[in-house]
Amino acid sequence: MADVILRNISKRFDAVEAVRELSLAVNDGEFLVLLGPSGAGKTTTLRLITGLETPDAGSVMIDGRDVTHDPPGSRDIAFVFQQYSLYPHLTVYDNLAFPLRSPARRVSEPIIRKRVEQTAELLHIASKLNNRATRLSGGEMQRVAIGRALVRDPSIYLMDEPLSSLDAKLRAELRLELKRIQLELGATILYVTHDQVEAMTMASRIGVIRDGQLLQCGTPREIYESPSSSYVASRLGTPQINFLPAHLLSDVPVPPGTETVGIRTEHLQITARNGGRMVGRVHRIEHLGEQNHVHLDYKGEMLVTLADPRQPLQSGQEVELRLVHPLCFDRAGQRIPAMVH
Amino acid sequence: MAQIRVENLRKSFDQFTAVEGSNFTIDDGTFFAMLGPSGCGKTTTLRMIAGLELPTEGKILLDGEDVTFRRAAARDIAFVFQLFALYPHMNVAGNIGFPLKCQGMGRREIRDRVQETARLLRIEHLLSSKTSKLSGGDRQRVALGRAMVRRPKAFLMDEPLGALDAEFRHLMCGELRDLHDRISATTVYVTHDQLEAMSMADQIAVMNKGRVEQIGSPQEVYDRPASMFVADFIGSPPMNFLRFESGLRSGDRAVAFHSVSVEVPEIREDRASAPLALGIRPEHIRFADAAPVRGEVFGAEYLGTTQIVTVDTPHGRLAARLPSSASVRIGETVGLEFQSERLALFDVASGLAVRTANMGSARRG
Repeated sequence: MADVILRNISKRFDAVEAVRELSLAVNDGEFLVLLGPSGAGKTTTLRLITGLETPDAGSVMIDGRDVTHDPPGSRDIAFVFQQYSLYPHLTVYDNLAFPLRSPARRVSEPIIRKRVEQTAELLHIASKLNNRATRLSGGEMQRVAIGRALVRDPSIYLMDEPLSSLDAKLRAELRLELKRIQLELGATILYVTHDQVEAMTMASRIGVIRDGQLLQCGTPREIYESPSSSYVASRLGTPQINFLPAHLLSDVPVPPGTETVGIRTEHLQITARNGGRMVGRVHRIEHLGEQNHVHLDYKGEMLVTLADPRQPLQSGQEVELRLVHPLCFDRAGQRIPAMVH
Repeated sequence: MAQIRVENLRKSFDQFTAVEGSNFTIDDGTFFAMLGPSGCGKTTTLRMIAGLELPTEGKILLDGEDVTFRRAAARDIAFVFQLFALYPHMNVAGNIGFPLKCQGMGRREIRDRVQETARLLRIEHLLSSKTSKLSGGDRQRVALGRAMVRRPKAFLMDEPLGALDAEFRHLMCGELRDLHDRISATTVYVTHDQLEAMSMADQIAVMNKGRVEQIGSPQEVYDRPASMFVADFIGSPPMNFLRFESGLRSGDRAVAFHSVSVEVPEIREDRASAPLALGIRPEHIRFADAAPVRGEVFGAEYLGTTQIVTVDTPHGRLAARLPSSASVRIGETVGLEFQSERLALFDVASGLAVRTANMGSARRG
């Protein structure tokens, strides 16, 4: 395994600037997730690392070596795509062995056998090795696709939304598996997704990307607790963070220049009216089982907070609001550090 | 607006029974969700209510009137499909007003009704737009408008949000529910997404293999699942099951879980020894060093407010929802403490819940 460094990389397709002066370091043994909506430049970034695209500016370093102009085959990278494209006429074993049998590699059959069996074990598909690839369930096929990357020992694994075509349950299962495998192998993975849950649960670090630019990079906890902008704050957390114009607040001290205040749902507390000045009205209560989402109307703004399902609340009821850890943003949406008391 | 009643409704296609003997009543103004995996019979049931499918047996009553064999067009029901097909050559107002034009309604009246519908949906500013220029959400709103404009007795919706991405879907859920609160029309909503059903419905019917397994409010279905299927289908992560074998005695407040005594809500029936499952929701688990049920931490998934910690025990894998401030190391052995008054017990062979103080008599369809 090795580290990968992108330095001021840019890539334009006609009028579209897909990637703009993006710098990023994926450290050895790290699971880095690029999180962004479609069109953010995630996949282009991966393709620039593989060499399937050449950057207009900037450089790609793998393990300290500048590979910007090297052909894809010489870069020692394994790629897992969203759509698992297995060879339908081959068995699971032969699908897994395929990358090792490439004439460029010349691996002996006994070593291939060992690597394939180890990989199958790791992915819990050892009992399926002799099955035709087409006779597997969706989850198993995706395991084989991931396995085909794992049999090699590349510098880095690049993964492009590999779980997005699976159903929710399978996705949750494979999330855990993939993280376990990465830890066991100490693998370096750069993974792109638009799914914040995948990013939060698997990443060592998350890079939030939009319009080809990297907005913030940090551990899931750093990004969740201390977002650099209102956009980043809105990308993580379900339900989404609440935003209130600062002028609607009462009794909440904010630093000068604060235009908008962000309040995570768990940081908006509601109590019975007791003389406080921030009074909202319960609009609707969503019962989601382990907790309720309470939708509140506060001076015409809709806010959502979490409540215990057994807390007695009714639509139309007036409640007092209290903000814990409000995040302050300026006119441009950039974060203003909280005042030190 | 209307009450919908379904009596012994059954539908077979050749050898295959799609729906077997459903019974339920949807009260006037209720938002009723039919929830289940694909092939459970929810869409077939909906299509029979709509009149798009004829039942093999049973009755459908609309406001007390038997409409079982009445043509779809004569039922005064509006159907909203997953794929909203709008007429591309008409503008938004033309699309919404189309059903009224077909009825031969006067031009002025159509205009008023279209205006009113657009106001309810908050799309008045779009009335003269081309449908091809609309965003996915607005197209969906126009499709809804076309269903609403006739002022039908009930709305039937078949996964209307299925084609949207997760975040937008949740937004539309809020909007649909708000709309329901404004017009209070009886709504039957089919989905395979438990979150959609939980977030919008007054009542949920959970279906499996052509049968209604349970009917109840979202909180009831979550807190007191009638079967392992329901417990597993609702909640994310779903309810955990730990297998064991034991007999049960009415009045007991604990079960012999392997070699350990685990407190449960008071048991209300006697049972001979059989394979059972202890049902535990992820948020009812806490780590406690001294707890006798033990396991090894397999993974921890940070979710912001909370984290989901997966623990392997000798009797099965568990997902626990803990505060994200709790520090957890992968591979460490932990003791598991359960919130006893919230536990469920199931008979593994039938999959049905054992009667306890917490599990009264759940309604089945």
